Amino acid sequence: MVAARRKARPGNEPSRDDLIGYYRDMLLIRRFEEKAGQLYGMGLINGFCHLYIGQEAVVVGMMAAAGPADSVITSYRDHGHMIACGLDPKGVMAELTGRSGGLSKGKGGSMHMFSNANRFYGGHGIVAAQVPLGTGLGFAHKYKEDGGVCHCYLGDGAVNQGQVYESFNMAALWSLPVVYVIENNKYAMGTAVERAAAGPDLYHRGAAYGIKGEMVDGMDILAVRDAALRSLDYARSGKGPYILEVQTYRYRGHSMSDPAKYRTKEEVSKMREQHDPIDTFRARLEKDGILDEAKLKDIDREVKAVVVEAAEFAQACPEPDPSELWTDVLISV
Amino acid sequence: MPVQILMPALSPTMTEGKLARWLKDEGAAVKSGDIIAEIETDKATMEFEAVDEGVMGKILVPAGTEGVAVNAPIAVLLVDGEDASAITAAAPVPVAVIAAPAPVTVAAQPIAASIPDAPTDVGPTKRQTVREALRDAMAEEMRRDPTVFLLGEEVAQYQGAYKVSQGLLDEFGSKRVIDTPITEMGFAGLAAGAGFAGLRPIVEFMTMNFSMQAIDHVINSASKTLYMSGGQQSCPIVFRGPNGPASRVGAQHSQCYASWYAHCPGLKVVSPWSGEDAKGLMKAAIRDPNPVVILENELLYGQTFDVPESTDFVIPIGKAKIERAGSGVTIVAFSRMVQVALDAAKELSAQGVEAEVINLRSIRPLDVETIVRSVQKTNRIVSIEEGWPFAGIGAEIAAQIMENAFDWLDAPVVRVCGADVPMPYAANLEKLALPQVDDVVQAALRVSYKK
Repeated sequence: MVAARRKARPGNEPSRDDLIGYYRDMLLIRRFEEKAGQLYGMGLINGFCHLYIGQEAVVVGMMAAAGPADSVITSYRDHGHMIACGLDPKGVMAELTGRSGGLSKGKGGSMHMFSNANRFYGGHGIVAAQVPLGTGLGFAHKYKEDGGVCHCYLGDGAVNQGQVYESFNMAALWSLPVVYVIENNKYAMGTAVERAAAGPDLYHRGAAYGIKGEMVDGMDILAVRDAALRSLDYARSGKGPYILEVQTYRYRGHSMSDPAKYRTKEEVSKMREQHDPIDTFRARLEKDGILDEAKLKDIDREVKAVVVEAAEFAQACPEPDPSELWTDVLISV
Repeated sequence: MPVQILMPALSPTMTEGKLARWLKDEGAAVKSGDIIAEIETDKATMEFEAVDEGVMGKILVPAGTEGVAVNAPIAVLLVDGEDASAITAAAPVPVAVIAAPAPVTVAAQPIAASIPDAPTDVGPTKRQTVREALRDAMAEEMRRDPTVFLLGEEVAQYQGAYKVSQGLLDEFGSKRVIDTPITEMGFAGLAAGAGFAGLRPIVEFMTMNFSMQAIDHVINSASKTLYMSGGQQSCPIVFRGPNGPASRVGAQHSQCYASWYAHCPGLKVVSPWSGEDAKGLMKAAIRDPNPVVILENELLYGQTFDVPESTDFVIPIGKAKIERAGSGVTIVAFSRMVQVALDAAKELSAQGVEAEVINLRSIRPLDVETIVRSVQKTNRIVSIEEGWPFAGIGAEIAAQIMENAFDWLDAPVVRVCGADVPMPYAANLEKLALPQVDDVVQAALRVSYKK
């Protein structure tokens, strides 16, 4: 089971199958990340590992509106984006364990996976570096006239980097098809957004360049999907870039070694209990009669099987051959 | 079957920790994501969340226990409605053991022998400046491949800050010859992103000095991604512009970046001297599927050379050129210093020493084979560069000669470099800071024991 790009257009109501698909995709990302956290705990995943738990509705909502030629680029909290773009969970998990079956043959790690076939361009470890890169993907869409838009994700920490504004300037100047998705999860590592970002809401950050922006409830998959349809349609029609500030929340620490002492337990549990994007969406689908207990169990089982298979593959795969140390440095000519 | 809960590693370096507190007692229902325990590491107290759903069957390690090893079983979770009797049947969870990595013998990169030689017969030539040769090379490649485009400050309407892109806007239009704002980090990153998407950008830095604003994208984005992606994501891109000291422009505008860029795997670095070099290396760089940095020189732009006319004239990256044959001493140089080396060779000849002058053309990969062959003949070598001595290109050549031609040396390697100071503005001091012909002559005489 792999998530797929959906052919939604503005005004199109999601079908029953679409809705079930969104739920399944969000659940898959959550279970995948929980498993990754568990494997980290067992020492099978090392180094940096930034989990997406709590933010699932953002990328699934965006991909619900993605066009076939659209490209996606993000920072280092990227496993959810990979799965939503259709990258094989087995390959993602095996990359986390640093094995030969990983999407980057074990040479990239958690922050560095790519898929030209799925137009997923990473996975970048330098805060905000993906913003000019994503703007360049938008430039290429326009140059090639392929009808695509770049979905360029950044966090509430990245918005303070200078290169973001260099990118906004060029994107607006040249009317590049880029939607900048600011995933505001409230904390840049341990620094609350109000302690780092001057001025009002982050979606205003493009105002000086004439870039339209709006705030979106990132815990509501359908709200994200609506905003995605509108903003992608705007960028695709040649009007230039658009900014979405998506209010979301990460339940886990910044990375695995972050005890998250900069926020209260009450704050975290309130988000989990009252605003969880998966729980609230499930309740809505149950209320609307789209999902019942039997169907939910089926989805649970299906998702669990995918994650278990990924985890087993990621442990069974051998480490890369020592000869791999010297390959892929340059393309030989 | 019951699931064993293991002591987690909560940081990259944790090997053991204290089980501070249980938040779920035996018999309590556990949902995935519930916090079940608090664990103290040497740095912090961390919460430990359940992955699986079930009922806490048995706590194996009581709260307050110190020194619990990572991966030791700490509790048993009953799943799928099991009762406590299942606990005894719980088999230990197999823990995957990762084999220790094989020791790696780090050797110097093998001498690149597979690169074909540059054509010796270059066909008909015409008299052209280096500036025109660079421009023609770009124009020919833009005609050949519609994905090639040029962007940078003043490259289009102004016709290039140093007029290298003169006429390109007229021929190719504003879609492919693009004036950027003064925003090096932004446009270098944008170009690298366009490279990821399959275009072939040529990024002009007004001078390489300003590329320091953009170096994160040159190295981290363009040069490392092929490796980090296991060979999937290429970035065919050219970063070019005048490098090194021009004349009387002071410290921030007079720096050689050869050593900076050549340090990095995943990147090729070339530095032309003549018009032939300029045309052949530019065309090679644009056709190369890898990121390439071209270190040009402002003082050379107006110099005239015989330049091959053929649109197929391409110089293989990684091959040096012997500009003057000799058996007395090897002098290695690149860019403007090749002329200094040739001038020094003339003077040395008058003093009875025939120098062999090697124009490196390519800094990375470095043509160690050609240098070593020359040293096998001359038994002595002098390197010249305008850059600083510390960890410079001369330092690398000295190490390569040590590793590959130690027994052939009759004298220690001598480096002639820019002075180890920020570039001064005053005319006399600037001259003192840069390698002069006489410095090279003296160095060559020294390694020849004629002084």
